[in-house]
Amino acid sequence: MSDNPFSLWVYLSQSPLLWLTVTLLTYAATDAVSLKTRRHPLANPVLHSLWIIGVFLLLTRTSYTTYFAGAQFVHFLLGPATVALAVPLYENRRRVAAAVLPMLVALAIGSLTAIVSVVLLARAFGLPRDIILSLAPKSVTAGVAMGISESLHADPSLTAVAVILTGIMGAIIVTPLMNFTGITDFRGRGFAAGIAAHGIGTARAFQVDEVAGVFAGIAMSLNALVTSLLVPLAVTYLLR
Amino acid sequence: MIASLSLILLCQLVGEVAVRALAVPGPGPVVGLVLLLLLLLARDRFPALARGPLGNDGVESASRGMLANLSLLFVPAGVGVVQKLDLLAEHGVAILVILAVSVIVTLLATVATFVAASSMFAREEENP
Repeated sequence: MSDNPFSLWVYLSQSPLLWLTVTLLTYAATDAVSLKTRRHPLANPVLHSLWIIGVFLLLTRTSYTTYFAGAQFVHFLLGPATVALAVPLYENRRRVAAAVLPMLVALAIGSLTAIVSVVLLARAFGLPRDIILSLAPKSVTAGVAMGISESLHADPSLTAVAVILTGIMGAIIVTPLMNFTGITDFRGRGFAAGIAAHGIGTARAFQVDEVAGVFAGIAMSLNALVTSLLVPLAVTYLLR
Repeated sequence: MIASLSLILLCQLVGEVAVRALAVPGPGPVVGLVLLLLLLLARDRFPALARGPLGNDGVESASRGMLANLSLLFVPAGVGVVQKLDLLAEHGVAILVILAVSVIVTLLATVATFVAASSMFAREEENP
């Protein structure tokens, strides 16, 4: 044991172990609360993990770079998890094949709405051009959105934040909103969650209904493809 | 378990390599998803493939485990919000309102299109 507790902290705060543990523990706790409340939308585990870890980093004056050196092992799994979506897709293939046409139409309309609405609103609010560009790809999953943002010479780290905020808001609002509209087709509900709120919406959809989760996963994957093509076009037309 | 994870990583790796080699702007993991799906479909046709990770619920259970905790994977990127506090202090309210309105409009537009289109195509099938 070190004679100076501060040097122990210096060691721990620089090692990936501490920040990986903090990430997993915080999520385990917030996810347990979410289960206890029978997956209430406001008990969203991502939302509560973010502010708890954020406050902890600010209080300990830890930089995000130091935190991410540990948390990157979790972040890395986003790629493999996208590949893993093939399994529920395969298991529900008949249902999916029967709904290919409505999915393609909804994909086109949904993807366009996601981009055009955010660009027009941001312009109406008088936000600076570089912020608008960073917000434009916010409905696709983090890695893809950051790539689009980079290619537009916007700010990828702001894009990442917009992506996560969009995902959390979508995951919170989707169930009450859909119940309000009275739509009970879980294929459509899930598909909308995946288009509007990418992986966080998909995670929420899997909590509610497996079919909804499968359709959300497809929507998120298709949207990643379509949005990378649409955003550059949309900003050229809308931000002239 | 390890073989199943390796298969998932391998699909992603091939996807990333393909995307870069062909210089298309698409996401590598989505190409990996398509590859794994093709492998699973091929297994139905050729039962000889049902071994190792493709046999005995291997890749299926590994994937289900990962997807059960999908939201955890967004936490590290999301904590990046601490880097943007100054920007959020300046434009935060506007950004939050814009993102909230946009996500609601997108959800409604998508689900309405899906429901309308699926009932339209269903009717066409009934009376062609």
